[in-house]
Amino acid sequence: MEVRVDRDRCAGSGLCVSYAPEVFDQSEDDGKVLLKEPLPGTGAAGAVRAMAARCPTGAITVHGHGHAHGHGHGEPAAPREPSEAV
Amino acid sequence: MPRPLNDSQQSRLVVTTPPGSPDRAWLATGYAEVRAILGDDRFSTLPPAANASDSRRLIQPGNLLHYDAPEHTRMRKMLMPEFTLRRVRTLEPLVERVVTERLDALEHAGQPVDLISHFVWPTTSLVGCSILGIPRDDQAELARHIDTHRIDNPDREQREAAGNAYLSYLSKYMRQKRRKPGDDLLGRLIVEHGAELTEAELLGTATTLLASLIQNVAGTLGLGTLALLENPEQLALLLKRPELIDHAVEEVIRSVSVIAMASPRTALEDVPIAGRVIRTGETVACSLLGANGTTAPGEPKAPLDITRDNSGHMAFGHGIHYCIGALVTRMELRIAIAGLLERFPTVRLAVPPDGLRFSSRAVETLPVVW
Repeated sequence: MEVRVDRDRCAGSGLCVSYAPEVFDQSEDDGKVLLKEPLPGTGAAGAVRAMAARCPTGAITVHGHGHAHGHGHGEPAAPREPSEAV
Repeated sequence: MPRPLNDSQQSRLVVTTPPGSPDRAWLATGYAEVRAILGDDRFSTLPPAANASDSRRLIQPGNLLHYDAPEHTRMRKMLMPEFTLRRVRTLEPLVERVVTERLDALEHAGQPVDLISHFVWPTTSLVGCSILGIPRDDQAELARHIDTHRIDNPDREQREAAGNAYLSYLSKYMRQKRRKPGDDLLGRLIVEHGAELTEAELLGTATTLLASLIQNVAGTLGLGTLALLENPEQLALLLKRPELIDHAVEEVIRSVSVIAMASPRTALEDVPIAGRVIRTGETVACSLLGANGTTAPGEPKAPLDITRDNSGHMAFGHGIHYCIGALVTRMELRIAIAGLLERFPTVRLAVPPDGLRFSSRAVETLPVVW
């Protein structure tokens, strides 16, 4: 899995650095995302995909099909599909 | 297994044009629709061009919700360093100190005690004012102005007077800050960017940030505490497993969705959404409460579940206007709720829930015993 970030899109929500600090960091100058680990190991894959889905501006993309549910193609991951209405 | 949140079983985007209005207006209540609209740069938060002459006065300089890119990018960038995860962590000792003081005060006040006036408002106003560097002696009065000025206060004269007092205090305060900035959020903003900001922008920044830090955080903390008190199994689970606090806070934020409606968006071009087309100049109201699966403040439709994976909730909005204070809000709620439950593990409502009164973004009183 390869992670890419688009600093121009980033709104500095800090979600990614809060939930996946081993992969993402946040600049102290502009609050925008910094990529600490572009090739995270399998252990971080779930958190990274969740952050790609959750990022408010779609600034995080996941590339490559290392896993059964790889999104790839540089698209922001889709939000989790519901299986039941609430 | 916690139930997923997102309800996209139905497409929920409807036309709600008021009778006699020349322009079509829309309401989006579905998760997918709200997310698509808020995340799309083709929607503006500025009033539609046709009404610009009437609406211009509604644009508040310094309020980030009243700017589109690239001006929005420029303004937000100046404030961002103050709201990073690292910076917010440096505020934790302040919040812990304030929360401890207020818990001591609760203990001395005796039972039953109103959590809103003795805990929620004093905590959020002390923290909000301290972040902006406002002297401690002025904090209570300023918080009162904010509370009196709230949109659903029926006494219009009182409301306007409070709004004027709030503005006039902060304009005087900002003039002093220009001369002697000090080491706080507004002081640093003046030192770093004072030359690029007009007086109106600086004042607007101060008034918007302070009101949000106090009112929105207080509303969420009050309604969120109520949500926990009304769900005793969830409360018991959190007491048993305090490590769930971050989850619990996020779930409370979702279930409360204190900003029920996002600022209206206006289409800058024709935008297809959910099989329909929102035309250039049409406005759309996005219900964050609807998208998050709730029906009314304090009444979660999706039941409160502190083990739920609610990632993707939009209580803080979505897109470039995602709440700049989200990390502060989470941190403050975490310390306040964890502190309250640790000090008073048997805390419970002292009145039947039907007796509680609500305003647009808050529960007015929350009498409790322990």
